[in-house]
Amino acid sequence: MATATFEPRIVAFFCNWCTYTASDLAGTARLAYEPNAPVIRVMCSGRVDPQFVLKAFEQGADGVLVGGCHPGDCHYQEGNYKALRRFRLLKRVLTQFGVDDERVRLEWISASEGDRVQHVVNEMTNQLRRLGPWQQARS
Amino acid sequence: MADKPKVAFYWCASCGGCEEAVVDLNETILTVVGAVDIVLWPVAMDFKKHDIEAMPDQSIAVAFINGAVRMSEQEEWVHLLRRKAQMVVAFGSCAHLGGIPGLANLNTGAEVFDTCYRDVQSVENTAGTRPQLKFVIDDHTLALPEFFDSVKSLDQVIDVDYYLPGCAPPADLIWGAIQAILTGALPPKGAVLSPNKAACDVCPRKDSKPDKIEIAEIKRVATHIADPETCFLAQGFVCMGPATRSGCGSRCVEGNMPCRGCFGPMDEVYDQGAKFLSAFASILSPKDEAGIERLLDQIPDPAGTFYRFSLPTSLLHRRKSGVPV
Repeated sequence: MATATFEPRIVAFFCNWCTYTASDLAGTARLAYEPNAPVIRVMCSGRVDPQFVLKAFEQGADGVLVGGCHPGDCHYQEGNYKALRRFRLLKRVLTQFGVDDERVRLEWISASEGDRVQHVVNEMTNQLRRLGPWQQARS
Repeated sequence: MADKPKVAFYWCASCGGCEEAVVDLNETILTVVGAVDIVLWPVAMDFKKHDIEAMPDQSIAVAFINGAVRMSEQEEWVHLLRRKAQMVVAFGSCAHLGGIPGLANLNTGAEVFDTCYRDVQSVENTAGTRPQLKFVIDDHTLALPEFFDSVKSLDQVIDVDYYLPGCAPPADLIWGAIQAILTGALPPKGAVLSPNKAACDVCPRKDSKPDKIEIAEIKRVATHIADPETCFLAQGFVCMGPATRSGCGSRCVEGNMPCRGCFGPMDEVYDQGAKFLSAFASILSPKDEAGIERLLDQIPDPAGTFYRFSLPTSLLHRRKSGVPV
């Protein structure tokens, strides 16, 4: 049961070239947003191993946000397409594991879209506040 | 007789294939029997729980335990064997990773009972009878073990010294493990007693794998006949080889079946299903969402396919309770 005081912990994997730069831009532009999504910088959204997403949940995260370059804009040509395919397949597996749809999100955010980082993090944080914590099964 | 090391074999939630695997040692088993004193082997010999309970702690040299832990009785047995044995080897995929029974972790225990005692077409159970832990009839109390909500691998219940992977472990690995135990030539505790290399690395079809694989259509062995020479992934079949440990002798591939992952992951991987998912998604050819979704629709049960043998030991362990299937 979600309570008014529940603050979700979101692990954000942002690609170096687009979304991480966008979050930097949000900072320099003094766009305030929820502090619930500490960012892990990866070189490419294609570097986000599905194990990282599961590990985040296993370690107590309530949601995982992956940010990459728009299709066609990948610094490594194909990385974000791989991320998209992995994400779509992972989503199907996570649904079978009972992980709510809102807990895992992939967003294309270019280096100029600082306001988009603000919007996505705020929106996801609010959704997870309503949804409540992820309850990880213990072995 | 008294000087020979004592060995126990036990089975938990398993199919009996691991027992077959021991018998598959053929004549070698006579050497094993000559070298050790078997004190417990339910499939073949008549020893009871009280026989083991009467033994001093640590008096068994090694206990080979196969099967996942699914019921309270199995939990009691493996705790007992851990107490009595100096070394415990998780024998086969179910003890190692959870195995096929572990797929039930996509359901709750109650759902398994509903299917078995209500929903299957061959069951007529209008009274809604379910197995009970206790039942009193004519002043007699009958008891059944508890059926847990989750299936567990052996190391999720007791401390495990070594793992013999496979569904079932092949005879050469079993013999190699027994020799290593008898001579003391063992790797560090916790090791999986099989090479830490991917199955693809030693696959007989390795040379047919193109430099770059692109899958535009996913094929299934139920609906397509695989070419007997070509890399399964190159043909579009889901083959777990890239994310699966070798040592199996490529038995499935030799039988023209893609790898299903029974040897579990390599040492560096902590979630076999996710690792395979990662590799497989990267070689699919579509780049647009609609094309990707259309292709993924061709995998009817991705969790059951990628975690066929390892669901209980996956990072998430099971489907979240209370979420409908």
